[in-house]
Amino acid sequence: MKRKRTVLSSRLIGRGLVYLAAILIALWILIPIYLIAMAALSPRDVIYDWPKPLFPQAISVETMQFFLNSYQVLPSLRNSVIVALLALVVSLVIGAPAGYGLARYVFRGQDVFRVAILSTRAFPIVILSIPLGVIFRQWGMYDSLISVALLHVAMALPTTILVTSSVFMGVSKELEEAATVFGCNRVQAFMRVALPLALPGLAASAIFTFVLSWNEVFAATILTLFNRTLPALMIVQLDAAPVAFRFAGGFFILIPAIVFMFFIRRYLFSLWGITLK
Amino acid sequence: MNLKRFNWEPYLLLLPSTLYLVLFFAWPMFQAFGLAFRTDEGQLTLAHLQRMFGDAAFAEALRNTVKLIIAIVPLQFILALVMALLMMERLRGSDILVYIYSIPLAVSDLAAGIIWFSIFTERGYLNSLLHGLGVLDKPFLFLNYQTSWPLVAIILAEVWRATSIVFVVLVAGLQSIPRDYVEAAEVFGAGWFKRVWRVILPLLRPSIQTALILRTILAVQVFAVVMALAGRGVNVVAAEAYRWYGEYRNAHMAAAYAMFILSISLATAFVYLRTVRVKEEMRL
Repeated sequence: MKRKRTVLSSRLIGRGLVYLAAILIALWILIPIYLIAMAALSPRDVIYDWPKPLFPQAISVETMQFFLNSYQVLPSLRNSVIVALLALVVSLVIGAPAGYGLARYVFRGQDVFRVAILSTRAFPIVILSIPLGVIFRQWGMYDSLISVALLHVAMALPTTILVTSSVFMGVSKELEEAATVFGCNRVQAFMRVALPLALPGLAASAIFTFVLSWNEVFAATILTLFNRTLPALMIVQLDAAPVAFRFAGGFFILIPAIVFMFFIRRYLFSLWGITLK
Repeated sequence: MNLKRFNWEPYLLLLPSTLYLVLFFAWPMFQAFGLAFRTDEGQLTLAHLQRMFGDAAFAEALRNTVKLIIAIVPLQFILALVMALLMMERLRGSDILVYIYSIPLAVSDLAAGIIWFSIFTERGYLNSLLHGLGVLDKPFLFLNYQTSWPLVAIILAEVWRATSIVFVVLVAGLQSIPRDYVEAAEVFGAGWFKRVWRVILPLLRPSIQTALILRTILAVQVFAVVMALAGRGVNVVAAEAYRWYGEYRNAHMAAAYAMFILSISLATAFVYLRTVRVKEEMRL
């Protein structure tokens, strides 16, 4: 009896330790986000204070306003959104058919294609931007948002193909075949049956591309000069910028990422798990 | 499926992607070779590579990049493994935990760099905390590049930002391990540590290899975190490639750096492709 109780209590302690570890790791992730949020939402004089308060004293949008009104920030914010939307649309329009093809057909060369798509993971994307910078300049596309979007599509396309293929695999083929039995042709069956069912997954894939493009720094910096995207603008101004600009900017580019992550959390493992395998 | 007649539909569906990746992925990769190994007049040359290898900045950038990889990859792996194993414990509220653990997946390297800058900078949160605890009475210059503190800050920022990717890969791997195996080990009296070491880790090997190699490839390209935390104080290979292209206006040298980054990644990828094969054999 006594032995049983010690086993039980040691179980309880073990369980407690497991929870403790889980919470500590969650704090390790959340505390830095809390700190930057607090920094970005403090009045400017608090930002230059020392020692800084570790708990918010007064919340103010003054610092964020200062950032958004800084030179070139709003135009480059607009650029970032344009590039990300372009990248999202192009990669979905090109990638989703390939995903559908991989999911629905058995054909010669299928495995080769799959492996080729997977093996793009092994190539550092960073290096694409250097030759592409030279190529785009030859094409007269230097400093253009389209060139940045094209490169972001090249980065996102393999993921889009693999994710959409798993999305379409989740939509039963029989439903589409049933639609053809009832008189739809292949295209109609796709548009009326498969597409609506696949829509949430496709949206998740699109959001993934948006976040990837929104976050991308290196290529955007290489490919633009005056038409900067927001991260590119920030990284070239970082050395000279006041601390308030950095804190507010860092927080600003962080927000959409966290919000989008919340929306695609259901697809977390299909987005990252599959594509990384 | 009609086996007799050749079905061109899938090829048509795959065509746009294939063309796109050839035009904007394969061809530029090939062009990078041309830039790195040719003069402006089109003659083959090793001059750019020789100049790169002889450059003092290259040696320093390489040293820093290697230091970062050696520190970051194992730390991320251990932390991600702990996180993934915690998920196996079926905790209450594990949905929220998974969401929190995966937030950094969507955080850009630039934002991560700035976040950790707010912690490590002179009037930052770490100094404020140490002051509050009575350890310091005036700020300590953590980001002084004559010390190794900037490297420590970069390592923490990268571990903070990119452990989630490893976590997701490992969780996906853990989910494919049948519970029976682990339960069988438990029935035969294996403690928690033994179950992890003898059953889970060996079965998880393909995922572990994938995660490690993937992280190594990404760590070779580390850029914005370094720029945000140390500026010019800490040089890394990707930042050097950026400078040659953007500041010194020399695409050849930038391409030489690109080729160097590529060869490190492909060496890792060689192992990666072998990992995939191991995976096929080990599929349960």
